[in-house]
Amino acid sequence: MTTPPGLFLRGSARIDAKPLFGPVDVTLPAGRWTCLLGPSGVGKSTILKLFADLATGVSFDGTFGSSDGAPLAGRIALMAQEDLLMPWLDLRQNVSLGARLRRERPPSDLAETLLAEVGLTEHIRKHPAELSGGQRQRVALARTLMEDRPVVLLDEPFSALDARTRADMQDLAADKLAGRTVLHVTHDPGEAARLGHQILVLTETQLIKVPAPHSAIPRPVDSAEVLDLQARLLNQLRQDS
Amino acid sequence: MTLSGLKTWHRVALSLCVGLALWHGVVVVFDLPKFILPAPQLVAETLWKSRALLAEHAVITIFEVIAGLVLGATIGGLTAIWLASSKTAEVLVRPLLVFSQTIPVFALAPLLTLWLGYGLLSKIAMALLIIFFPVTSAFFDALVRTPSGWLGLAQVMGASKWQIMRQIRIPAALPGFASGLRLAAVYAPIGAIIGEWVGASKGLGYLMLLANGRAKIDLMFAALVVLAFFTLLLHTCVDRFCVKILNQHR
Ligand SMILES: Nc1ncnc2c1ncn2[C@@H]1O[C@H](COP(=O)(O)OP(=O)(O)O)[C@@H](O)[C@H]1O
Ligand SMILES: [Mg+2]
Repeated sequence: MTTPPGLFLRGSARIDAKPLFGPVDVTLPAGRWTCLLGPSGVGKSTILKLFADLATGVSFDGTFGSSDGAPLAGRIALMAQEDLLMPWLDLRQNVSLGARLRRERPPSDLAETLLAEVGLTEHIRKHPAELSGGQRQRVALARTLMEDRPVVLLDEPFSALDARTRADMQDLAADKLAGRTVLHVTHDPGEAARLGHQILVLTETQLIKVPAPHSAIPRPVDSAEVLDLQARLLNQLRQDS
Repeated sequence: MTLSGLKTWHRVALSLCVGLALWHGVVVVFDLPKFILPAPQLVAETLWKSRALLAEHAVITIFEVIAGLVLGATIGGLTAIWLASSKTAEVLVRPLLVFSQTIPVFALAPLLTLWLGYGLLSKIAMALLIIFFPVTSAFFDALVRTPSGWLGLAQVMGASKWQIMRQIRIPAALPGFASGLRLAAVYAPIGAIIGEWVGASKGLGYLMLLANGRAKIDLMFAALVVLAFFTLLLHTCVDRFCVKILNQHR
């Protein structure tokens, strides 16, 4: 993995003539985990897709890119809001999709290891149609980790998981992605409180930077600072509606 | 027991019996002469007596149909991939293809005979032409409808255009190809028979014309029965094949 760059996005977005958000000023510090929190439909996924160069149908006025000025192409791993598994590939093939598409030989056994870490060892030969929604989402997470990129964009990566698995996967992701520049879109204040080095709240009217504790991530779910931050984030979200 | 409780082939057999009974009834009630509509048992008799003759001609038609089907599916599939992978091809060639559909393919049969002769080639070409468009357009439509999320993901992963085509767009479009192929299985025999009607010295279509000319209507019907049976068989085989490729690519 190359040194992770910081990311920035300054400007506003419209869909047709209708303003979507902005003007906003988003800065993602290099090597840090940023959570972007907000209600559905405010444009969180759009911001994430802009970084991945996938925001079709949206006109963006402004600039975005990496702090080192080099193009982001080839340095991003994306976990979209939908799991986007290929129904004709089994789990191992799905997890190594990136290497397959680039005609590279994937590091041996890495796909198996990652599938084991997301708790799907016994399903490794199955196809996505044979899995539950939560299991599918974990395959998508493994595929994203497999990419081993300095910049990682996660769009509601734990939304389909039960509470216990969700906490486990948050721990796993925090461990695997330590030192990378992460943009994590979520609508769960508790999740943002556990994981964010930096927490941004996007509402219909503005982008607010909520101070986050300096403690290491993932923070324990039952710590006072996490519970307190979770409550403050929820209040913040409710204020702006 | 209700009708819907029957097994598929029982139901087919039952409706066949009903059809035969109706056929027989019509012949008896209206006292039709055998040169207008021969009774089913007469056709069955002819089918047995002329089995060597029928088989000799059926082999030719079956060969034409299968060759046309394989070639048409291959060329149609490749054309669809080509059109879907090149904007220029789509802009220049697709209108041409659509326009070519305004010409009834049947109208080309005499030309094909003129260019390719009275042998197998003109019939294979006819079967090929008639299935080319359904296969191409069903596959092409599926190829340009790849869910955008998959394309975006592949782009972020740094896949080349060709790898995206090969590993994502084509597998995702196989159901479209399969529906084109199912249509082709029904159309291909039509193409071959028309080709034979226009000019041939062999094949079931030729035999039907010959029998008709000599007022051997029972033989004509026997040839028709063989053709219907073969078409049904072909359709079933192609359907099985489609289910198989779709299972591998579910
Ligand atoms: N390509 C598009 N065309 C039209 N509308 C879009 C498009 N992409 C997003 N939108 C609209 O933009 C708004 C924000 O979408 P999104 O960024 O996905 O929200 P979020 O992820 O915060 O829930 C939604 O109202 C959505 O309907
Ligand atoms: Mg979203």
